[in-house]
Amino acid sequence: MVGSRAKSGVEAVAISAAALLATLVLFGAFVALRGINPFDVYRVLYLGAFGSWFAIQHTLTQAAPLMLTALCTAVPARAGLLVIGGEGALVVGGVATVLVGVTLMGVPAPVAIALMCMTGTLAGGLWIGAAGALRHYRGVHETISTLLLNYIAIAVMNHLVTGPIRDFSQVLKPASWSVGERFMIGDLPGTSIHWGLAFGVVTCLLVYVLMRRTTFGFAVDILGGNVRAAQMVGLPIGPLVLSTCVIGGAAAGLAGTIEVIAVHGFASASLAVGYGYAGILVAFLARHNPMAIILIATLLGGISASGGLLQRRFDLPDAATLVLRGILFLAVLASSTLYGRLKIFQSRAV
Amino acid sequence: MTKHFGPLVALDNVSIRFEPGSLHAILGENGAGKSTLVKCMMGYYRPDAGDIFVSGEKHAINNPRHAHQLGLGMVYQHFTLVPSMTVAENLILGEAQLPPIIPWEAERERIEEFQRTMPFKLDLDRPVASLAAGEKQKLEILKQLFLGRRVLILDEPTTVLTPAEADQILGLMRGMAGNQQLTVILITHKLREVLDFAGDVTVLRAGRRVGGGAAKDLASEELVRMMIGAGKIARAATRVETPTNAAYLDLRDLTVENDNGLMAVRGVSLQVRAGEIVGVAGVSGNGQRELVEALAGQRQPASGEMFVRGAVYSPRRGEMRQRKVFLLPEEPLRNACVGVMSVAENLAFRNFDEPRNTRYRWLISRRAIRGQALDLIDRYGIKAQGAEARLETLSGGNVQRTVLARELCEEVSVLVAQNPCSGLDFAAVAEIRSQLMDARNRGAAVLLISEDLDELLELADRIVVMFEGKFVYETPRDQADVQTIGRYMASPT
Repeated sequence: MVGSRAKSGVEAVAISAAALLATLVLFGAFVALRGINPFDVYRVLYLGAFGSWFAIQHTLTQAAPLMLTALCTAVPARAGLLVIGGEGALVVGGVATVLVGVTLMGVPAPVAIALMCMTGTLAGGLWIGAAGALRHYRGVHETISTLLLNYIAIAVMNHLVTGPIRDFSQVLKPASWSVGERFMIGDLPGTSIHWGLAFGVVTCLLVYVLMRRTTFGFAVDILGGNVRAAQMVGLPIGPLVLSTCVIGGAAAGLAGTIEVIAVHGFASASLAVGYGYAGILVAFLARHNPMAIILIATLLGGISASGGLLQRRFDLPDAATLVLRGILFLAVLASSTLYGRLKIFQSRAV
Repeated sequence: MTKHFGPLVALDNVSIRFEPGSLHAILGENGAGKSTLVKCMMGYYRPDAGDIFVSGEKHAINNPRHAHQLGLGMVYQHFTLVPSMTVAENLILGEAQLPPIIPWEAERERIEEFQRTMPFKLDLDRPVASLAAGEKQKLEILKQLFLGRRVLILDEPTTVLTPAEADQILGLMRGMAGNQQLTVILITHKLREVLDFAGDVTVLRAGRRVGGGAAKDLASEELVRMMIGAGKIARAATRVETPTNAAYLDLRDLTVENDNGLMAVRGVSLQVRAGEIVGVAGVSGNGQRELVEALAGQRQPASGEMFVRGAVYSPRRGEMRQRKVFLLPEEPLRNACVGVMSVAENLAFRNFDEPRNTRYRWLISRRAIRGQALDLIDRYGIKAQGAEARLETLSGGNVQRTVLARELCEEVSVLVAQNPCSGLDFAAVAEIRSQLMDARNRGAAVLLISEDLDELLELADRIVVMFEGKFVYETPRDQADVQTIGRYMASPT
């Protein structure tokens, strides 16, 4: 009958909205405890995120890496895996980009940039793909392994940038050699938003088509819905698990490349600033739907973008936006138990 | 008593009087309201209207604990015992008020005392895991009696028992009811149990009491008519003579381990010829599940080989398609479908990647999948709110029809079916059985694994008995004897 699909869409929107509302109430109580009017906070939050062209540009710049790292959780999630290794894959992608970038001295910039993008993508894909292989062939739980791989990735990067590939002309903090100004991709014309946003949006759209329109996406949906059914109809479980992990990791690795060639120009501890973890939140809020990720990443980008303004205006601690994110994550996870329980969204059994 | 679930009337003004010291059967098909009725009695549900009187007094039973205090006890279809603990420990377990330190000696004495008053005995020190299904059932009953329940509700107690065990248990219950020791309410859909053991019977259909009385006054045809009403039953499956063909499915020395790494299937060999149904009988838990899982590709065999149409078979998509191997596993929502995907998507699991359902090779054609679904929904009479309805919103019978449509709509060489009719109503059962027979008549090799002996006797050309992972007995259809098969199901020696 018409509307069964539309109804579940409405259900998703209603439940997400309820979670968002609960978050606003809880965070409002948190700031009220510090004697600040929550409504002022939310007004400033809005202004800082979307109140001006400057704010919007800042927000979109923050959103770009979130779109990519969210895919690192969302794509494997469609196959029933819970991958939280976006942070590590981003770092590995960034470091690999630098390692390849510095060897490309005489190469024309467009070719070099393409090669660096491929490197980051490949490195991130192999990184999470390894977790997928451990899961499928050795039964290692992918959530644990990707969490640990995050620590390993950050440790390896710290080792490299404080030793083997350290650029000693950078005195403020340890950083790697730079890939060079020639290879930086710069901003979208007429804005201060870097090209990473385009990469993020296009990747989300491509992944959407892949997951929703292709036979591959259909097979992944069967696997994610019921692994026993997937086995019964003879689907290749291992290759499907590995592919989703590789695709997810590749997206996060690309985020690392972009951090290097659009923002920093080198690898340093500023690669691991939490985009990977925020991406998990984005993926869950978007219910692992790549189109919704574009929207949610923009919202979350707005929260980070207005963090500084909140801090200055209300003398809130730096961590206040993290508190907001944390409450939001808990509210979203808690609300996910409501799916299928609300009577008004139920279609009757025949 | 009346109970609604939303717009569905599960119970409609049902009144039943259970005489003390009687064995009263409640007979009805799945979905007739039997479980709803007893769940209201046990306090799991609250009736929307109506009252419950226990010994002449009106009680509003709010929760199971309250029901227990009134002396109502229930034995569930699936055992609620702790397998790793002993018989004695399991008996004590259910007591409402257990002191923090258990006075074992006193309790043991109490149990032994109690067992002396019972018509059957169990060794108190044996771990429950080592008991046979019939013994577990006895223990469940002992437990209820030990806890002082006077009214015992048995929910389909014989599904997991061999015919002999079932007769024994029901005979005991009849005896105890006859001695005025307790009142037994037997929930069942098996006519034979009613006719052989029950004193009174009440028949429910679609939530209404449609008839009943003393069992001895009612003929079986009459009871069937009450149960199914005017509903039409699919024609009985006709067996067509098929020539003696080559073996399509050939298992050679197949060994499969269960989840705990123990041998569940111990080196079985079996051939199923084209145009033949081979039935595998056995009490559940003797390796049938693992055998089916191995055939379905859900479990890797430890050793041995599977041949389909003369060549080694490994259950992968390409080989399944090329050799035309299809499956109807038990519990379809768990084994064969995705509940949150639509009926149309579930119907396309076998062929979503074939050219007629794709565009440009890799893109799914939603229109083709929808068209295929509408055709199958029509041909197989699947009742759903359209092709886009989520599969989990369908009733059990319609979920099974969906799988059946998907697995049988193309040419079939080998079909493996496991308990294909469990939990379905008369009409669906008859229809699914005739579909299986049709597949056989069209030349498929059918391996039918079933806990329902009547089903096997009706459909199979040959019956083998599976016991502790081995095939211990084989008989052709015309020489099959229920007593002998039952004996091998219980123990082959």
